[in-house]
Amino acid sequence: MKVLVIIEHDNQSVKQSSFSTITAAKEISDSVEAIVLGQGLDSVINELKKSDHLKKIYKIDNELFKNPLAENLSNAIQKFAEGSDYTHILSPSSTFGKNMSPKLSALMDVQQISDVTKIISDDTFERPIYAGNAIAKVKSSDQIKIITVRSTCFEPCALNSSVDVESLTVNLDKNNSVSFVSYDKSKSDRPELTSAKIVISGGRGMQNGENFRLLEGIADKLGAAMGASRAAVDAGFVPNDWQVGQTGKIVAPDLYIAVGISGAIQHIAGIKDSKFIACINKDEEAPIFNFSDYGLVGDLFELLPKLEEKL
Amino acid sequence: MKALVCVKRVIDYNVRIRVKSDKSGVETDNVKMSMNPFDEIAVEEAVRMKEKSEIKEIVILSIGTDKSQETIRSGLAMGGDRGILVKTEKEQLEPLTVGKIIKAVSDREKPDIIILGKQAIDDDCNQTGQIVATLLEFPQATFASELKKNDDNTLEVTREVDGGLETVKVNIPCVVTTDLRLNEPRYASLPNIMKAKQKKIDVLEIGSFGIDIKDRLQVLEVNEPPERKPGIKVDDVEALVNKLKNEAKVL
Repeated sequence: MKVLVIIEHDNQSVKQSSFSTITAAKEISDSVEAIVLGQGLDSVINELKKSDHLKKIYKIDNELFKNPLAENLSNAIQKFAEGSDYTHILSPSSTFGKNMSPKLSALMDVQQISDVTKIISDDTFERPIYAGNAIAKVKSSDQIKIITVRSTCFEPCALNSSVDVESLTVNLDKNNSVSFVSYDKSKSDRPELTSAKIVISGGRGMQNGENFRLLEGIADKLGAAMGASRAAVDAGFVPNDWQVGQTGKIVAPDLYIAVGISGAIQHIAGIKDSKFIACINKDEEAPIFNFSDYGLVGDLFELLPKLEEKL
Repeated sequence: MKALVCVKRVIDYNVRIRVKSDKSGVETDNVKMSMNPFDEIAVEEAVRMKEKSEIKEIVILSIGTDKSQETIRSGLAMGGDRGILVKTEKEQLEPLTVGKIIKAVSDREKPDIIILGKQAIDDDCNQTGQIVATLLEFPQATFASELKKNDDNTLEVTREVDGGLETVKVNIPCVVTTDLRLNEPRYASLPNIMKAKQKKIDVLEIGSFGIDIKDRLQVLEVNEPPERKPGIKVDDVEALVNKLKNEAKVL
């Protein structure tokens, strides 16, 4: 068995999710190689070549891959993989992997296994379905397994090695039907919701958008990302992309703090993999208390300023 | 332009999921079913483009059992023009199979834009749009949060990616998968629900496509996720901070 890991990066540094994907690959086989496609890859390669568990790194440095257009990436990777004997091809289950890997699977006529959270054996894996409300154990009958890996479920690999790097060229026509226009990095100084160590969210109990300022001070002190329940988003308190829950963002931080959130099923589905959940709610019967490690009953308008002060 | 909107019938997002006691799957008997919320956003976007006269006809496609006709009807009530059901007795099909069928339907219908949700909230695969785009060799714009039609027969699509927003330009025909922020779907009005009953739904047997629908993934078992151990209530803010610092060690 031989595993290929597709590395996600921004031409500057390697995304942490790639190191987690290497760890998942190692659980399948000792023979793990990586491929990096991009432009101006020196710093990426310098970082990546320290990865433990990698036997070899292939790099394709070409302006075609300056931006991660899935059309170009999937075609190039398919050409590379076709001539080799990989049994598994893994990508992180980030928006990068989700965008690109199913294309690769379609090109190779493989049924991809999305968002794997556990490797049981070389052909059997666990993955969450229904937003994590159920866990499916699936066995693949495809010759080659194409997998995206939920990176929060695997520790990043250690960086104590010096891996061989081979440079490849690619013979690929530019895809003229799609072009990159721009990338706007989120302006917020806060961490991303889906990768933050701490997340603090507000619900309908916040009463209006203005009151989310009460959470801001706490988020600043904790370096936390800010989120909201669907009820708060539907009421227009905060933008849509703050929504945590089954139809919003699925989060799994070390600490999730739910403020004024009753704990609707679809919200719980998005937070249940958090290591610790704390909540503040004035209704002691609210379902959120059943899912919280630490619950505090009381008026959030009174408690939040106190909490900010104590941190 | 003609739009093909693909919709899936799933367990309603507000229903508590129950795993069957024999671990073969989740309970779907007597459970409220609805259109996949991301597909609702896809229908809404197509309807808005039609209202702006960017689209002439909206075809709503679903692949599933007879009951998926209801899902198609809700799309027609929102503003779709006609429906296609590719009928199967199989409760679940894999994304690769679904992708191949959508490709086959698309080869007949020749849409300019195929819109569908970025993922279905049952199997959470997030694959179908990408597969369809690949098989048809159409460009793809996944996880769309904004869509703008240009005069030169291209679409400019803003995509929700980790850490920000990416904008790509795709030629028509193309595949767009929708994310949450793209729009807020309308509720169908009663007159429109009544009107939708008159709209045509073509029913095609899945067997007529000559596509192998055999699963590649065998579901060995479906389990409840590990339960969270019951928590405690604390008396005040000090106790909460103390617990988070010294017991959970997360601060």
